[in-house]
Amino acid sequence: MQALSNRKKVLEQKKMTLVERLYLPAIFQGMGITLRHFFRRKATVHYPEQKRSVPAVFRGLHVLRKDENGAERCTACGLCAVACPAEAITMEGGERKAGEEHLYREEKYAVKYEINMLRCIFCGFCEDACPKEAIFLETTFAPASYDRNDFIYGKDRLVEGFKRHELVSPITTLKEAQEANK
Amino acid sequence: MLTSAFYFIAFVTIFFAIMVVVSKNPIHSVLYLVLTFFCISANYIFMLDATFVGMVNVIVYAGAIMVLFLYVLMMMNLNAIAEQKRSVLFKISAAVTGGMLLLVLVAALKDANLQIQGSALEAEQRIGSIKVLGYVLYSKYQLPFEVASILFLVAMIGAVVLGKKDNSTKTIGIEPVK
Amino acid sequence: MTLLSLLPTLILIVALFAVTMLVALYSTFAERKVAAFLQDRVGPNRAGPGGIFQPLADGVKFFMKEEVIPVASNKFLFVLGPCIAIMCALMTGIVVPWGDTLTLFGASIPLQIVDLDIGILYVFAVVSVGVYGIMIGGWASNNKFSLMGAIRASSQIISYEISMGLSIVALLLVTGTMSLHEIVTQQHGMHWNIFYQPLGFLLFLICAFAETNRTPFDLPECETELVGGYHTEYSSMKLGFYLFSEYINMFISGAIMATLFFGGYNFPFMDNLLQATGSQNLVTIIGTAFLFLKIFFFIFFFMWVRWTIPRFRYDQLMNLGWKGLIPLGIFNVVATAVGLLFFRN
Repeated sequence: MQALSNRKKVLEQKKMTLVERLYLPAIFQGMGITLRHFFRRKATVHYPEQKRSVPAVFRGLHVLRKDENGAERCTACGLCAVACPAEAITMEGGERKAGEEHLYREEKYAVKYEINMLRCIFCGFCEDACPKEAIFLETTFAPASYDRNDFIYGKDRLVEGFKRHELVSPITTLKEAQEANK
Repeated sequence: MLTSAFYFIAFVTIFFAIMVVVSKNPIHSVLYLVLTFFCISANYIFMLDATFVGMVNVIVYAGAIMVLFLYVLMMMNLNAIAEQKRSVLFKISAAVTGGMLLLVLVAALKDANLQIQGSALEAEQRIGSIKVLGYVLYSKYQLPFEVASILFLVAMIGAVVLGKKDNSTKTIGIEPVK
Repeated sequence: MTLLSLLPTLILIVALFAVTMLVALYSTFAERKVAAFLQDRVGPNRAGPGGIFQPLADGVKFFMKEEVIPVASNKFLFVLGPCIAIMCALMTGIVVPWGDTLTLFGASIPLQIVDLDIGILYVFAVVSVGVYGIMIGGWASNNKFSLMGAIRASSQIISYEISMGLSIVALLLVTGTMSLHEIVTQQHGMHWNIFYQPLGFLLFLICAFAETNRTPFDLPECETELVGGYHTEYSSMKLGFYLFSEYINMFISGAIMATLFFGGYNFPFMDNLLQATGSQNLVTIIGTAFLFLKIFFFIFFFMWVRWTIPRFRYDQLMNLGWKGLIPLGIFNVVATAVGLLFFRN
């Protein structure tokens, strides 16, 4: 058969020499390698006691920040939803009523704000897009669940103050690890 | 004590031997045959103190030949249903042949002197010990021993020749890799 | 023969059973630990300090599991298979000399249950019968994978038994006896047979791997091809019996190798120690400890090889057995005989 391109490589199996055919030197070499691994430092992280450290810029679950007075910063402008490549964010805007100034910083606020954590790819574009510095990605994971609906996070689990990282966090940030080492 | 033990082992041996013939399933037959060999080995070891022969019997017959039997049977996957029907003539001729073999055996053993001469201790040393066995095998019975080994060699070569691939016919289709 | 004179033997039997089971139990743990360490992990470490109770947890798990007997299987043979496997594995240990004589209450007790003058042949006979456990179990399961595993096991064990026998023949030429006790006594001090039979030991070692179905010869149960091999259909403690018998076989073959080639319970400078202390019992106990040290090294070696070398292909296995090891074995026998002819006289 004629070759279709000149990139064809003919593989030649060289005849093994007597030493190679004995296999024993190769076997001993391999066993030497495994024995070296026997005494090497183990890579295991003993999970509940130890946690892996991750860099400070790690992108985990989202949080909706509040300002210094404890009012929500989000104004439901929708830029994060536009920026989201996975289309994981949905929201509903509403007008702030009188007497709610301590809850919401500006006149417009998010009545509903949902992120589907199964769709989210944790790229952090929402963080970049936000003009009000309201949404940030933290260093926790979404915990496992039997129900797909559990992964649609509403405001109850997104707004700052929900201490989710105290409940489940299989990792520690570099900062936390450094503090723990001190 | 020894006599009753002999009768017990002999009874069990013959029972298993009959089961070999009677069993419908060929795998069961082979397993009964293995048990028969064990009983024969027990006879060698307990009755004759011939531990060497007994152990070799277990290794060669029970451990090797019967495993190959079982191997072949499992490969062919025979079972009770697949057994072919035999004609009546076939059955009669088998019975006649078997009967004649029995006749020959009985005739040969009828006049044989089975009494062990000398004391029991001497007899034990004569039969059981490996040293005595080896000495006898390589002096008195050297010729039969060597002839038997040549026979095995011929059988082995024959098996290799039969099992060898026929290279004279050319393979069709894919070219052999050089 | 009174019951009292049988007492030491009975105690020895029970002790041997207990030790064999304990070693097999902790071999499973050691296997997981060694595997983990060779792969830069730490292995089971949750049950007890350092995971020391893991084998007990595994044992309890085996007993608690549901016992499944396939409908289309041959029930009697299905149960018989694992029984034969573990029985043959346990039977081998009785001819191994576990130590020198121990003097207790004025009676000298040899640490060997029976000293057969055909000890090696006995081991061979039991090992060759052990394959029935696998074959019967595999066939009775009525499962294609089990059957394939059983067929592979039988052909593999028979093939490697020949070269194992040949390596032993060469050893017997050197020792001149089949009694394991005498073979050990001959290797007193440092006159170990490994120095006279290095090739024979290599052959024996390779065949021991094949006989115990350990990697690289674990074709009967290779999980990538045959699901679980001959024990695919087994569950609960019947599966446990099969796995256990493999570890017991490993322990026993380690003991046989130590006995035949590495001087058994002999250790260097044992005469000096006997002269210095004058206590035969002390030397015996240290000797037994040395024997177990050798056995544990072999068990570790089995595991070390398992987690280093990949499995053979079936034709490679047969090629190695028939075209590699058997000619080597015959060569070893002839070379040993010639050597003995020239150097003995």
